[in-house]
Amino acid sequence: MGIIRAVNLIFDYIRHDDEQDKDEINHALRGVSLDIEEGSFVAILGHNGSGKSTFAKLMNGILLPTDGTVYISNMKTSDEEHLWEVRKTAGMVFQNPDNQIIGNVVEEDVGFGPENIGVPTEEIWERVDKSLEAVGMTAYRLQSPNKLSGGQKQRVAIAGVMAMKPRCIVLDEPTAMLDPNGRREVIKTVQELNKQEGITVLLITHYMEEVIEADRVVVMDDGQIVMDGTPKEVFSRVSELKEYRLDVPQVTELADELKAAGMDLPDGILTIDELVDRLVPILKEERA
Amino acid sequence: MAIEIKNLNHIYGKDTIFEQYALKNINLTIEDGEFIGLIGHTGSGKSTLTQHLNGLLKASDGDILYNGENIYKEGYSLKDLRSKVGLVFQYPEHQLFEVDVFSDVCFGPKNLGLLPSEVEERAKEALEMVGLDENFYKQSPFELSGGQKRRVAIAGVLAMKPEVLILDEPTAGLDPRGRDDILGLVEKLHKEQGITIILVSHSMEDVAKYVSRLVVMNQGEKMFDGTPKEVFRHYKELEKIGLAAPQITYVVQALRARGIMVSEDVTTVEEARDEILKLWKR
Repeated sequence: MGIIRAVNLIFDYIRHDDEQDKDEINHALRGVSLDIEEGSFVAILGHNGSGKSTFAKLMNGILLPTDGTVYISNMKTSDEEHLWEVRKTAGMVFQNPDNQIIGNVVEEDVGFGPENIGVPTEEIWERVDKSLEAVGMTAYRLQSPNKLSGGQKQRVAIAGVMAMKPRCIVLDEPTAMLDPNGRREVIKTVQELNKQEGITVLLITHYMEEVIEADRVVVMDDGQIVMDGTPKEVFSRVSELKEYRLDVPQVTELADELKAAGMDLPDGILTIDELVDRLVPILKEERA
Repeated sequence: MAIEIKNLNHIYGKDTIFEQYALKNINLTIEDGEFIGLIGHTGSGKSTLTQHLNGLLKASDGDILYNGENIYKEGYSLKDLRSKVGLVFQYPEHQLFEVDVFSDVCFGPKNLGLLPSEVEERAKEALEMVGLDENFYKQSPFELSGGQKRRVAIAGVLAMKPEVLILDEPTAGLDPRGRDDILGLVEKLHKEQGITIILVSHSMEDVAKYVSRLVVMNQGEKMFDGTPKEVFRHYKELEKIGLAAPQITYVVQALRARGIMVSEDVTTVEEARDEILKLWKR
């Protein structure tokens, strides 16, 4: 049984009219079940409006499901007595770095979480040290967060979550507002936390390049899970992904087009090296 | 000869210890009807540069000529300039504020002092250009999807009937379909309305696909200026300044390194497919 278990999740956004009657119901999730193993790196893909952010907010009780249950290490998110424990276990990082930073100094910001749950001062500092180290921001600990780049701010936000010693981090499009450098920084940080600290990662994104190294890729569309597998399995279904309004990496697309033109290439090529290794013998042979 | 930038410098904190060149000796001529991509990593000066083009920022020294007239000349109407050079900021949907879509698009032309009938005419035209029909007119802009909001914001600028449209990362935060929709729209505006487009972007794949000329900024200076093909040949230098070429460029370089001489001019998936198939069928 995994650290995160979602069972038949349904979530409706309900809009009320002036008389408080139900005016419009938007079914954001229509029966999502997912079991995530501790220590794994799982990516969730989906276009805007597919329900992926709603799903993320259900993971630590920011939203509660209309129907169905979320278990975080066997605690129900809907049990109020477990809410703090749930949030300590599953930390969240959001899209906009500017909305998540509250401290005037980087180290204060990182220490804010543990301070609020009554961690002894000495231990707060230990956690701050360790968290900043883990995201590679120790050199900036005495700076104002306002002077940092977007990528650096996101890393500080991740350190803030790390200081709560979570077993699992949910990241909701953490790179959507960053430039390519910032994006790489953040993804590298998350990958390291997963590998070195063994933290379970649930990464929600629509950048395909970011999920190539995930253990598992889940694709959502219209409030449901429509694909679930390794990156190779998922990216081998190029035309299906396009139907769900998603992209594939350029290399995968090129391989797919060449294959359609009759070249003998396998499905699901994800890296430049893989493609080149396959192409060279084919093209050399033809010329010989 | 639409916009001429001559020896432009912009210095933040001049004559203080914080003095810093945001733009350094920029010379650039943008012809009528061009589709230009402006790239550079965060802090390279590309946003600062775009804000000079419609007079939001004033250069520390140097000149900008719009259709031959110096915009820093005494008596030059910056208000006119701003209606001719439209600037769509990053996350333009944050600037929506009216009660419904139609009023929001009317706001700009209304402030030009046009007749109400003309204002409405322009708003209708602009909304049609971005592909939003009458069903959207009375909707609150805040209840639309991210891509739709962005279209409304772009329509607000189009209603000013600009000759030049500058878009600062118009696809940030959109999903792949939303991104293609917006860029397709920009391409259509360029082709059908003949509007000069300056597209600020982080995505090399996007600029490779759409623009005909690429300007690369680095630390406040113009580093490269040429067709995408010319610029992406410098992929190693681009990497040094925190940028990269499209993924396809790397495939081509890797193939060439292994003795498969695919043309270096290939920058998009379609071109690469055609080139490789040509070699294969030979």
